[in-house]
Amino acid sequence: MNWLLSIIYLVVFPGILFVLGFAFFAEWLDRKVYARVQRRVGPPFLQPLADFIKLSSKEDVVPEKADNAIFTAAPIISLAAILAAFLYVPVVTATALHVFEGDLIVALYLLTIPTLALFLGGWFSGNLFGQSGAMRVASLLFSYEVPFFLALLAPALMAGTWSMSGIVVYLYGNPLAFVVTIGAFFIAVISLQGKLERLPFDIPDAETEIVGGPMSEYSGRRLALFRLARDAEMVVGAGLIAAVFLGGPWCPFISLDPGYIAWAVGAAFFILKTLIVLGLLILMKSAVARIRVDQMVNVAYKYLIPLALAQMLVVVLVKYMGWF
Amino acid sequence: MARVRIPIGPQHPALKEPENFTITLDGERVVGADIRIGYTHRGIEKLMESRSYIQNLYLVERICGICSYTHVYNYTHNVEEVLGLKAPPRAEYIRTLFLELERLHSHLLWVGVAGHEIGFDTLFMYTWQDRELVQDLLEMISGNRVNYAMNTVGGVRRDVSEEQRQKVLKAMDVVEKRCKFYQEMATNEKTLLSRAVGVGILKPSDAIRLCAVGPTARASGIDMDIRRDDPYAVYPELKFNVPTTDTCDVMGRVVVRVLELYEIIGMIRQLMQKLPAGDIKVKAPRRVPEGEAISHTEAPRGEDIHYLHADGTDKPERYKVRTPTMANMPSVAKMLEGVYLADVPITLAAIDPCMGCMDRVLVLKDGKEERNVLEWDRLRKYGIRWYAERGWKQ
Repeated sequence: MNWLLSIIYLVVFPGILFVLGFAFFAEWLDRKVYARVQRRVGPPFLQPLADFIKLSSKEDVVPEKADNAIFTAAPIISLAAILAAFLYVPVVTATALHVFEGDLIVALYLLTIPTLALFLGGWFSGNLFGQSGAMRVASLLFSYEVPFFLALLAPALMAGTWSMSGIVVYLYGNPLAFVVTIGAFFIAVISLQGKLERLPFDIPDAETEIVGGPMSEYSGRRLALFRLARDAEMVVGAGLIAAVFLGGPWCPFISLDPGYIAWAVGAAFFILKTLIVLGLLILMKSAVARIRVDQMVNVAYKYLIPLALAQMLVVVLVKYMGWF
Repeated sequence: MARVRIPIGPQHPALKEPENFTITLDGERVVGADIRIGYTHRGIEKLMESRSYIQNLYLVERICGICSYTHVYNYTHNVEEVLGLKAPPRAEYIRTLFLELERLHSHLLWVGVAGHEIGFDTLFMYTWQDRELVQDLLEMISGNRVNYAMNTVGGVRRDVSEEQRQKVLKAMDVVEKRCKFYQEMATNEKTLLSRAVGVGILKPSDAIRLCAVGPTARASGIDMDIRRDDPYAVYPELKFNVPTTDTCDVMGRVVVRVLELYEIIGMIRQLMQKLPAGDIKVKAPRRVPEGEAISHTEAPRGEDIHYLHADGTDKPERYKVRTPTMANMPSVAKMLEGVYLADVPITLAAIDPCMGCMDRVLVLKDGKEERNVLEWDRLRKYGIRWYAERGWKQ
């Protein structure tokens, strides 16, 4: 029966279907809350799914100047990398499907691939706007990736392990540890906003400057996949932050019996914590204007990185004093 | 790094109307900008020569989709001057009310568009919602939201009732509260400040040299406003200030317009309180005697000049319009020097451009611009021949 459970875990819950369903839900939530903040009505619940189906049924167009293979592969690779990264995130219990020492680094690496895929897709789309958008994607990579990695280093140092499941196990034992890394939590959320290229960091696809950026030439099912990949990245990124900072499935009633009730409650708490992170991402988006490339580099290197380093110092001191 | 020339427009998402700006870039910095206009020329001046004075009322209103009333005010002012008519005081008050309501919704619209250009869509949605309050007032009084068809030669076509007067006053309280919110936000929101402060500098000396007008000039510290300097309508009877700043950047243009919102609200209150009783129009003849008149007003975007030459028939012989965007275009080329590529849309939007209103024809011969100075008679004959060759009838 073990292999059957593994397949359900991989394909249904909390694997591919769950992530994709959650991605559609996250897009709906994003659009709805954004609209309500702006005093608009917002889309109906199934709108993201409807958009996906509609886009998928459109004519299949590859521009003449575009490199067909890379142009087609980019959205598929980015979706695959994101789904793979989610395997290492503990959702139901403290241990994910696949655990080894260092899976946090692998997940972070996998989450960098969509950015590279977007860069390649834009660069080889043969469009001027696509290429200048791709250049912006590449030049922004270093602005958010470094603070994101540094921020995620703090809970890893705290728990003394490079494994996400290990960190969650540690948080099960010391739930108050998240208070120590709360600064890194906010740095990680801000960097994730940059990683997802959302306001105020949506510089690569600033529509009033460079049209759709790297996605200018994308249409039909490729665009649908790219959009889905971006929504999934939002869910996986938020889930990752919820796991390593907030303890993922950790809940106050840890000794629930029988096991499957504990699983259900754990999954519910994971979803709740992910929604909190998503809420922060959405509210940030609706209250700011877009900044320039040079200002983004400033924000990252003047504020985010020094703060992340200070946070690490705090963690090291706390560990040294033996408080946790 | 080598200099790169990239075209912005005629088709570009930052431009709401098609014009061409060829930007010379040194890295991410703009070192120069060439502006080519002429993509949305509609030939309204020529069309006016073949329509009667009454028909032209509706045509001249369609010069601009936002500041339509200032054009029709100028037009009726010119026609009345040649006719020697004077509109009744109540009509002049209602006209001034429309001029100011129009400025109010135009400035609110601009704040939203500026927000959209820097990706601040929440601000865009907020200001456009509040703009609806003003649009509703205009619709309540005139029956229309954009082209009000309110003005006529000799007065206005509809009266303001007591109930409508109260509604206008009540709406002003709400709009004033919202303006306070925008002022607070514009001066505190960090991302907005970082995109507006120090961007698109236009020095006062350049503003004078390049003939900037309206809020663009006032943001560079040039204290000019036609409403005060050469009063028309009932402006001499109203108390108002002309806000200026000396920051000379995009932020200054935001501040000038937001502060002006308060002045507009104050003026509308005064107008509604002082509104005199009496007729709203006098009868005007269809034929206009020979003569010429020039009129200029402070449109929401700056000085708007209209010229009329009447030849004694029921149609104008020549009509000439110079809208404020035309006067501000040379300043844009100056402002763009030294900004980042990402700041081009907001710098351009800061003058509140209205391309369709200002567009001119460029004659291209062998791909080159042709410049020709024509005497009035020759131009007239050229025009008649040009249309005759294409089978048009006068």
